[in-house]
Amino acid sequence: MTALASNRGAGATPRRRGARSTRRPGTGWIGLVPFSVYAILFLGIPAVLAVASGFFTSAGTFTISNFSAFGDPVILKDLVGSLGLSAASAVLGAVIGALVCYAMLGMNPDGWLRTVVDSAASVLAQFGGVMLAFAFIATIGNQGLLIVILKQLFGENSVSSPIYTVPGLTLVYLYFEIPLMVLTFMPALEGLKPAWGEAVATLGGSRWTYWRKVGFPILAPAFFGCMILLFANAFSSFATAAALISQGGIWPLDIQRALTSETVVGHENEAGVIALGMIVVMVVLMSAYGVLQRRAARWER
Amino acid sequence: MKTRYLAGAAVLAAAALALTACAGTAGSGSTGSTKTLTLAEAQKATSVADFGGMAGLVAAANKEGHLNVITLPPSWANYGQIIQGFEKKYPGIKINSENPDGSSADEVAAAKAQKGQSTAPDVFDIGTAVMNQNLDLFAPYKVQSWGDIPADYKDADGLWYYDYTGLMSVGYDTKKFPGGVKKIDDLLGSDFKNSVAIKGDPTQANEAASAVYMAALQSGGSADDVQPGVDFFQKLKQAGNFLSTLPTQATVASGETPVVIQWSFNNVAWGPAAGSAGNPNWKTVVLPGAGLGSYYNQTINADSPNPAAARLWEEYLYTPAVQNLFLAAGAYPAQLAAMEKAKTVDAATLSKVGAAPKNFVQLTADQATKAATLLSSKWAAAVG
Repeated sequence: MTALASNRGAGATPRRRGARSTRRPGTGWIGLVPFSVYAILFLGIPAVLAVASGFFTSAGTFTISNFSAFGDPVILKDLVGSLGLSAASAVLGAVIGALVCYAMLGMNPDGWLRTVVDSAASVLAQFGGVMLAFAFIATIGNQGLLIVILKQLFGENSVSSPIYTVPGLTLVYLYFEIPLMVLTFMPALEGLKPAWGEAVATLGGSRWTYWRKVGFPILAPAFFGCMILLFANAFSSFATAAALISQGGIWPLDIQRALTSETVVGHENEAGVIALGMIVVMVVLMSAYGVLQRRAARWER
Repeated sequence: MKTRYLAGAAVLAAAALALTACAGTAGSGSTGSTKTLTLAEAQKATSVADFGGMAGLVAAANKEGHLNVITLPPSWANYGQIIQGFEKKYPGIKINSENPDGSSADEVAAAKAQKGQSTAPDVFDIGTAVMNQNLDLFAPYKVQSWGDIPADYKDADGLWYYDYTGLMSVGYDTKKFPGGVKKIDDLLGSDFKNSVAIKGDPTQANEAASAVYMAALQSGGSADDVQPGVDFFQKLKQAGNFLSTLPTQATVASGETPVVIQWSFNNVAWGPAAGSAGNPNWKTVVLPGAGLGSYYNQTINADSPNPAAARLWEEYLYTPAVQNLFLAAGAYPAQLAAMEKAKTVDAATLSKVGAAPKNFVQLTADQATKAATLLSSKWAAAVG
């Protein structure tokens, strides 16, 4: 959500700035109040409190010793796990999702297939959490339908379910990543004007030339923007992973462990530090996206 | 702060009303006269005498009308029946059971976050490591049967007291493994591919850590040296037998986790004892040799919103009826020895569950800290 919001912000700001200054100050800001209050109460304050907790001991005195968490090999290994999982599911989700969009471009926009894919994407993009985990457990879990059939065909030890490992989570996450890509990338693809293709053809360019010189450069900012959204979505996912993996391996699970551990006690405040780390990762990505966007937008004007 | 004063005032007002309402019944009580305490006084009550006897405690608890318990899963040590029994015995008190599947650390977090609110937990069933870090959260109280709890099972001032222990056990599906499990190394065999689960991440959940400690004891380690336990799980992982699924009653019933190493009371509760919700072929074995146990503790929240109900709950838990309910689930209650002497133990249940373990290993606080330090540096690499 955060990524989506700032995503749009990054794209919209430069163009709006000029128009804004000519407008008289009015009461339009009142319309923004409910959303702002909501965002501050349920996103801003909790985020600040969570991160701030990283700078205190459990007794409440200021410290930076919690940052030693970043020297912990387990935390570092899990950062790699988180980044790898998010990157893999974002790249695969973006590529597959873009191909689906491309295929849909050839369909009649009002046809039944297009309508079905559109609405399925908007439902499945929100399909996450424990329900998603359950769906996968029921199909390809240890006692899932497919795995049981395969076991009956090829023997008890022939197959094992892939979904209980961090790399295996990629498969599970794709279930909501691809529809999210379809949902967010389709409008950009629809913005390609047929006239551009015709112009390239008239000038003797091949289909490949069109995509390389026109289509892809125009779509690139949107494509990478969507990919970053997908990355953020996977990076912050918790419930699905928690339901499938009991032995940790990604940062959201490390935060849970720091907060709730019964055995390694007294590390609650490290959760704030890891949360800060997650925010830093997102800020770096969003800034990279901003730079990308500005470069790509230069020739658009 | 303001709301807290208001809440206090409301309780005072309620108490004052109740005082006049109860004036008539107090005289008819069999022992002494009941006393009505303010919230602050009730939060400091250290025995039933402070309420003027059991009748006074019951009256005060009824007036509160609520009891907030936390992290008590219905299938854990018979808590489902125990909670139902309390509500049946004291119909005026409604039990709010918060976050049943949470950890001991969640209990402490809830107590801190909800301090001063009516939803804060009243009583805790808490693991020793987390408890020792938070002793200032608890209020001392001694139940009537205090003398029946062995001296080394309780804090001398009544800040905490053992409630029950299980033994680390191996539960397995006899249909899938007719050969059974006789020693821990059996689990390394190729029959057990993708089969063995523990209750979460040992660096997070005490029950999972206890599975590692038990494996250590069974593989030549000791309470001071749990490395062999980590090595065992590394071998289990390399053999492809370790399952990183979090087992629940449902995964045991469906066969998703055909072997679970966990407290005996949980393995018992998920088997035939659970009826149609359990796995009828589920067998619980405590491996021969050094066993591992770990008592959980009862404590009362010092800032309890329903201090009388909290104390009544403790009195209720330490009655023979409820201690027998713990026992029926395979959880050995703290007063078992005294009950055997007084013949208040349910003999049929005891013979079914098996006599109390004479000697089992329980990690001391220092040993637990040391073991946890080892786990936090070695575990992830061993099974990662």
